[in-house]
Amino acid sequence: MTNTTPTSVWLMIGMIVALATAGDVLIAGAMRRIGDFDEIRTHAGLGGAVAAVLTNARFFMGVGCMALSFFTLLFALSWADVSLVAPASAALTFVTNAFAAKWILKENVDRRRWFAALCVCVGVFFLAR
Amino acid sequence: MQSTMTFRRYMVLVAVMLGASFGDTFLSKGMKQVGPVSIHHLSTLIVVLKAPWILAGIVLLIGFFASYLTALSWADLTFVLPATSFGYVIIPLLSHFWLHEYISPARWAGIFLITLGVGFVTQGPSYTSHAHPIPTDDAAALTSSSENARERSA
Repeated sequence: MTNTTPTSVWLMIGMIVALATAGDVLIAGAMRRIGDFDEIRTHAGLGGAVAAVLTNARFFMGVGCMALSFFTLLFALSWADVSLVAPASAALTFVTNAFAAKWILKENVDRRRWFAALCVCVGVFFLAR
Repeated sequence: MQSTMTFRRYMVLVAVMLGASFGDTFLSKGMKQVGPVSIHHLSTLIVVLKAPWILAGIVLLIGFFASYLTALSWADLTFVLPATSFGYVIIPLLSHFWLHEYISPARWAGIFLITLGVGFVTQGPSYTSHAHPIPTDDAAALTSSSENARERSA
């Protein structure tokens, strides 16, 4: 498609994956910090639940990372084939999210979840072929 | 880990699965009706917001994001993320059974693997309980302020 080197394409894919993972982890961390929506709605109503999200800086940092990931994806798509960039970034994001959830969010990522992440990762790759 | 899943919470996960895939499909259909947008006429992107398919797509994607945030408030990221990937399965299945498009064996294998992964993770616990929970300052502040307001009004 272009004369872009494989190294630079994989560098762009790495940036997409890193930013998407950071966005997911920051948003998940923000939601965990805010707490169960059902309980907040019971005490403070729907407006209170929305206010809890919209006053959380971590949430906006997560949205910012996801937006940057999206624009990096658009940039990468203008340089490399969609058949490589889209599945590779989507599949790798599942694996990096599992690692980030385990080490940063301290989630109990057991064998069942590792297996699910691997299945989805390989499945996305096959689906995009 | 504890299982806190109820029927309503499974419905929220279904909304996560369907919202993203149908939202993207509606946006795609709307943009195909509009045609290619030139970089010199970016104002067209504002005009297309009035198109019914685009509007419906945006509403569905807002619904998806609200459901995604709700799910993350009571479930782990590694529990919710496989559910979001189920959209990759819904679209090819719709295209096969509704639009009678051909699906290659590799894609059937992909559909099988994603379904297996999603089915596998949803059978397990949804939330990790920590011995020392992350402080929920925001929720506590909101709860106490609403209780104070109720006490004042009483």
